[in-house]
Amino acid sequence: MMNSYIILLLGMALVTYLPRMLPLVILSEIELPPFWKRFMLYIPSAALSALIFPGILQATDSVFAALVGGLAAVLLAYFKFSLLTVVTASILTVFLYQLLF
Amino acid sequence: MSQESMIEEKNGAGSQHFHRGLLAGLPVAIGYLPIAVAFGVISRTAGVPHLAAVLMSLLVFAGASQFVAVELLAAGAAFPGIVATTFFVNLRHILMSATVSRKLPDLSRSWLAVLAFGITDESFSLLSTDRRSRLSGYYVLGVIILPYLAWVTGSLVGVMLGGQLPEILESSMEIALYAMFLGLIVPEITSSSSRFKIALIALLLSSISYWNPLFDVSEGWRITLSTATAAFLGTVIFSGDDYDE
Repeated sequence: MMNSYIILLLGMALVTYLPRMLPLVILSEIELPPFWKRFMLYIPSAALSALIFPGILQATDSVFAALVGGLAAVLLAYFKFSLLTVVTASILTVFLYQLLF
Repeated sequence: MSQESMIEEKNGAGSQHFHRGLLAGLPVAIGYLPIAVAFGVISRTAGVPHLAAVLMSLLVFAGASQFVAVELLAAGAAFPGIVATTFFVNLRHILMSATVSRKLPDLSRSWLAVLAFGITDESFSLLSTDRRSRLSGYYVLGVIILPYLAWVTGSLVGVMLGGQLPEILESSMEIALYAMFLGLIVPEITSSSSRFKIALIALLLSSISYWNPLFDVSEGWRITLSTATAAFLGTVIFSGDDYDE
């Protein structure tokens, strides 16, 4: 039983590791053309946006709690608080919101 | 080991970078804990052997695909199908690893092969938005290590205890990773109007693929396609008008 699970886990590990490893090893040695360099610079903003929305709406038990927590994070980040502060304050906000409403 | 990392090691800057990395990774570790506990609990409920669930976190270290795998196991899916699904769910890491590679030009292949294991949505977000154009290998190692420990420990706790954290606490903690993403995207898009517009395009594409009534798009493909399309459009439209870096 466990043996067949080992094969499954190794298979999953391999197909997860390769897409992480190959681009890192291969591309770090290559000088990219300007177009693709700029493309790479734009990836973080695009990826963060897709990672946040609409996933955030289901992050907590209610959409409103998630929106309030998200708003707290945006405000604190806008005023340049540290990431740890942003995260902790957002958790606290959601916690309090759920406690009160 | 590359020249730079050898020099770092000699004058102790390596351990300084490592410590800074640990601190930077802390919000990710906090965010992973409740999700990892939930993963352990769900694996247990689905009848996955305890050891297999913990080993999965130890060897695979990719949240979304692990949840999908357990769901498929519970439904009695065949193993090759589960491996194939895992592959597709994690394909988005190609884009993320490629982006992070731009910050690590000085590292040897073996360094990169080790650090690659720790590339997740969250470590990618931290590393790719870093203001520095080059990052030390020790820093990256520091960033990925606490989240990994939190992921494995949380899974173990979930599998052993089976119970939940208090509902309200768990539900509040699950905002953590989104708060971190927001904390990272705000300085990105307020410092550049083209990045702001690209984020809006990605938001729009992500919403369309999520809510359209015509076809189902899995989470992995939604993120990969929205990201790549928005960044590509941005590169074409904003050719060099604010090439800030």
